[in-house]
Amino acid sequence: MAHIFAYIVHEAGKADDTALELYTAAKKIDASAPVIAIITGQGEELNTVASELACVYDEVWKYADGQLSHPNAETIRPLLVSSIPADSVVLMAHNTFGMDLAPGLSIKLDEPFLPDVTEIKNLEGHILKVIRQELGGQVGTHVEADISGGLVITTRAGSFAPTDTNTTGKIIDKSQKIETQISKRRFIKMIAPEVGDVDITKENVLVSIGRGIEDEDNIEIAQELADAMGAVVSCSRPIVDAKWLGNSRQVGTSGKTVKPKVYLACGISGSFQHMGGIKGSPFIVAINKNPNAPIFQMADVGIKADILDFLPKLTEAITETNKSSR
Amino acid sequence: MREKIMEILVCIKRVPDTAENEIELNSTGNDLNREDLVYSINDWDNYAVEEAIQIVDRVGGNVTVVTLGDEESKEVLRRELAMGANNALFLSDDAFGRLDGRGVATVLEKVVKKGNYDLILTGVQADDGASQIGGMLAAMLDYPYASVVNSIAIKEDKVLEISRETEGGNLEISQINMPCVLSIQTGINEPRYVGIRGIRKVASVEIPTLTTDDLGLDTLALKPRTTRLDYFVPELGESAEMLQGSTEEIITTLIGMLKAKGGLK
Repeated sequence: MAHIFAYIVHEAGKADDTALELYTAAKKIDASAPVIAIITGQGEELNTVASELACVYDEVWKYADGQLSHPNAETIRPLLVSSIPADSVVLMAHNTFGMDLAPGLSIKLDEPFLPDVTEIKNLEGHILKVIRQELGGQVGTHVEADISGGLVITTRAGSFAPTDTNTTGKIIDKSQKIETQISKRRFIKMIAPEVGDVDITKENVLVSIGRGIEDEDNIEIAQELADAMGAVVSCSRPIVDAKWLGNSRQVGTSGKTVKPKVYLACGISGSFQHMGGIKGSPFIVAINKNPNAPIFQMADVGIKADILDFLPKLTEAITETNKSSR
Repeated sequence: MREKIMEILVCIKRVPDTAENEIELNSTGNDLNREDLVYSINDWDNYAVEEAIQIVDRVGGNVTVVTLGDEESKEVLRRELAMGANNALFLSDDAFGRLDGRGVATVLEKVVKKGNYDLILTGVQADDGASQIGGMLAAMLDYPYASVVNSIAIKEDKVLEISRETEGGNLEISQINMPCVLSIQTGINEPRYVGIRGIRKVASVEIPTLTTDDLGLDTLALKPRTTRLDYFVPELGESAEMLQGSTEEIITTLIGMLKAKGGLK
């Protein structure tokens, strides 16, 4: 096996959680190959991340430069292409940075690309077999690739257990190899999301709605249930795309990360982007008319029902319970 | 100021509509049961076409939609023509049967080189959730690329100011030189409604078909590097306890559970 690399994203001097997962995934491809972490950035923050990663990875390559202070895939890709040896395996997380960097990297390295992998089955000879999902997680597929000439692979966050390896890897400064370049894509600034009327990240009970609500007028049905429960209404992405609720109500990797005690997923299919925004192992109840909805794989309790019929009946029953307990 | 004219290519795909379907496997278990599947345009692609139309409405130019697939795929081209796209291209060849993402990008590279496009749009992802075509295409063309784009403004000649939606709803603002490739996120706009009447109006529009010969493609370059072996449906309720019984019984059980878990006030 040639070299195995893992590109690690980091923020404010701390490696992303996926750093530990990528090491596990790398070892599943080849348990005997050393794994090299690659980080780009600048200053003391970069050094802190390098030290952190050296406790896990066999080697850490760091690229420090003012041009790398914000991760810009268009600047980083040529850097990797010029310094990674031919036939290498390169792993990274399937996040918005991985989406930017990885597909083009596979072309420039002339290697096969396996995106958003959830499980690595086995490597037989040069043939790597993995599992990924299609159709919003409704089906799984086995996919294989000949990796004798290398591989670019992105893995889904949370799919691989974090490694608990403790080692003392070597930190190698690769900074000198950066050539001054004017990127065709130039970073300007970051803008934080707007603050909404409610803070769903602080709520204990969420009544969360998805596509199954079907119409803007039906949001009232969810609001009535939330009122009866003493909960707050949150939602999945399609509801925000349709502008039926503001993005401060959106749960998911592109929205808010919530930590409730109880999460009622109503007419939500359960895409990994949505589930990625739910932390702290809440009690999840899924109500969906599609028995194949991925949400039923992740919920504690499932109910196969049309939420437009079911929620009003649930609201009525809870209102009765509230009255009788008074 | 000189009027800007934009030539925009939008790559679109006909996909099973996951909101309308319960996905099942065929009897041999190696493919989806496609007989009763409802297909539609990939949601992300529809936003991309709307964005292209809005840009051309502002500065002038043309929107061309392109898809690769079987004869039925033409229906999504017609739908987007009805929406306001100016031209459509249909890519069809026996050699396109089992392409991987790289193969599709290889075909599209030839399409781009035959035209004179300032801007190429794809959706962030389609039915296979791979998010790969745009990034691969840009790399093949040596064009700059940005994924998960949720706003586009024209800054000056040949420069766009874009925002990318990154984790946690943060926006990353950048400038990017044209020609470039962008993958478009849902919610960037509100795609206009397309009715039956609109689609009827474009029913007679000629849609040219391009084959490997027309594109000057070497079929060897299309050899897949990755192979999907099968489909399987994850088992229902692997972790969820499915509540059974009448609606009344289910509600009684559920209220009991919610009380126990602190879900009721």
